[in-house]
Amino acid sequence: MSDTITRPIDRSHMQVSDEVAIDIRNMNKWYGSFHVLRDIDLTVHRGERIVIAGPSGSGKSTLIRCINRLEEHQSGHIVVDGIELTNDIKNIDKVRSEVGMVFQHFNLFPHLTVLENCTLAPIWVRKVPRRQAEETAMRFLEKVKIPEQASKYPGQLSGGQQQRVAIARSLCMQPKIMLFDEPTSALDPEMIKEVLDTMIELAEEGMTMICVTHEMGFAQAVANRVIFMDQGQIVEQNEPREFFNNPKSERTKLFLSQILGH
Amino acid sequence: MSDTHAQTVPFVRDTMLPAAEPPIREAGAVRWLRENLFSGPVNTVLTILGVLVVWFLVSHFWDWFAHSVWNAGSLSECRQIIAERWGEGARGACWAVIRERWNQYTYGFYPSELYWRPTMAFGLLFLALAPVLFSEAPGIRRIVLGTTTVLTLGLMVALGAPAAWLVFAAVVLIGGLVISERQVSLLLVFSILYPLMGVWFLWGGSAWGPIMVLVGPVLGWIAWRVLHPVSSLVAIIAALVIPLLWWIGYAGEAARDAEGILSLSIPAVASDRFGGFLLSITIGIAGIALSLPLGIVLALARRSDMFLVKSLAVIFIEFIRGVPLIALLFVASLLLNYFLPPGTNFDIILRVIIMVTLFSAAYMAEVIRGGLAALPKGQYEAADALGLDYWKAQRLIVLPQALKISIPGIVSTFIGMFKDTTLVTFVGLYDPLKSMSDAVRASTSWKGIYWEPYIFVGFIFFLICFGMSRYSMYLERRLARDHR
Repeated sequence: MSDTITRPIDRSHMQVSDEVAIDIRNMNKWYGSFHVLRDIDLTVHRGERIVIAGPSGSGKSTLIRCINRLEEHQSGHIVVDGIELTNDIKNIDKVRSEVGMVFQHFNLFPHLTVLENCTLAPIWVRKVPRRQAEETAMRFLEKVKIPEQASKYPGQLSGGQQQRVAIARSLCMQPKIMLFDEPTSALDPEMIKEVLDTMIELAEEGMTMICVTHEMGFAQAVANRVIFMDQGQIVEQNEPREFFNNPKSERTKLFLSQILGH
Repeated sequence: MSDTHAQTVPFVRDTMLPAAEPPIREAGAVRWLRENLFSGPVNTVLTILGVLVVWFLVSHFWDWFAHSVWNAGSLSECRQIIAERWGEGARGACWAVIRERWNQYTYGFYPSELYWRPTMAFGLLFLALAPVLFSEAPGIRRIVLGTTTVLTLGLMVALGAPAAWLVFAAVVLIGGLVISERQVSLLLVFSILYPLMGVWFLWGGSAWGPIMVLVGPVLGWIAWRVLHPVSSLVAIIAALVIPLLWWIGYAGEAARDAEGILSLSIPAVASDRFGGFLLSITIGIAGIALSLPLGIVLALARRSDMFLVKSLAVIFIEFIRGVPLIALLFVASLLLNYFLPPGTNFDIILRVIIMVTLFSAAYMAEVIRGGLAALPKGQYEAADALGLDYWKAQRLIVLPQALKISIPGIVSTFIGMFKDTTLVTFVGLYDPLKSMSDAVRASTSWKGIYWEPYIFVGFIFFLICFGMSRYSMYLERRLARDHR
């Protein structure tokens, strides 16, 4: 099933420390009267690579969007990198500058070149001098293997290239945690691989990652924990081998049989 | 069956086809005619009908245009010339009125010995606009600025400008041209100073007035710098309040005192001497320059999450849009005097500019709101996720895209507003279309002339508005980021 992951994974830097990166306790969220997230408890340690799976509408995207407060939670606590997310806008901006996010639809800024996309936040949020920001940006563009596209506009790139730029843009802020919200769902099969390769490389360097994805091959190869969600709740979580070979809940079994069955 | 056979034969392509040139379409006028005018029976009928309508119109007006007279002292002289040349009963346009009253149409009742001042102000306007309108088009900028420099200096000489001012204009214009070749963003300093300069050139009086107005923001900036380390909120409030206090309380007195010490006066020209295109363009430019920022602020306010801010913006926009511009102009000319403390001399043109600005800002806000709404939600989310705060996200991500989407609507609003400046005739100002033409007809020599002034004024308005429209199309093309 993991035909998209063809190379061996270098696990030498993939170490999970005791330090807590994200701590979510008793978190609940409603859209109007609809209870989207129910009693979420989740502790993420530094260096963890977590894949969140589940049927659509199960609240997995909403969960990771709560971690950088693109969505507001109504009860419970979310502590990211030691900072609790409340209405305090300063805390929110501080968390956001430490947490990178990659979206399903890339959300690159179409009026800026690739390089400008990558330097914008370092210059305006981190106050990095322009030249230094550009050097950093070029380094990350090389890392995602598209330095030659730096002066183009996002509209001239393919979907896979755009998503890699989006990853580079997040990395330019030198985040401690990366969130991926279905990063390959809007891509053609040929382009999924190039984005996954970039994500694997990131994992190999020890980045703390939370990925909402349907790429179970990626989950098996890289994740140290897979979380299955349904109806706004965490139904099951386990290390990948156990999760795929020996699922406990009936709901998980059904989901796995549907997603891996054909 | 043969096609079954074709499908069942296994096929593997061993060489990929190279990209080929598209086929050359058969060219020529005949093909164009057939495709565009006579492609079918309905189209053919429509074409013939269209040609007939054009013929009908042209045949009625052609002789009138063809029998134009450009040199005559009065309408009766015009008619005499037409009768002599093309026979008794021939019709003809008498453009001589434009020739004779050209200065009046351009400058209104501005003192003729000072015509060079509005001319210089108009020339410098292009220098002030260059870094804004043509920041990334050095070729066009060079042509515009070069033409402006030559025309302005030439006209100033022709209008008898004093030598000192000629030197001033030459230094500024040529210096500006040189600077724009080096680093065009430096010219923005001139763009910021230009409004005060332009006001001084047009209305004259003491230069200390505009200088003291300028002191306000400088004081505000100093206050901001001093107080910012203490508290950013206090600093912002101080930066806004101190200039206001300065303007209301001290600026006038300080200007008078300074004038007493060192006189920097040029002859003053009262607002009632303004008229014609000078008036329209003054109000139009001021309204355009002020209504865009105000419209942006209103559009953002209307989309704000803060209830009070949002409500105020909605009330303002809906009220202004619901009231005719003429009503606002009457308020400006009549009612405002009742509300203001007695003795305040609030210039009528300034009042009109304020009303026209508020009016078009309300429309502008709705146009820009449309652009803001058209942005995908992901753009806001990406800006948020990178840690940009509200104002930075608006300035760097949201507004550049929203304004680009709104360009056609924004320029439409500008064009509408510029044409609406003719409505100032209702508050006693001499707009070029109605008041000025009436004034021309009031003289005995041009009594009874009707179409020519209207056609002329309409033509000039068309030129300016068409220019704006073309500029907006150029800007849209330049900002296109999809395919290149």
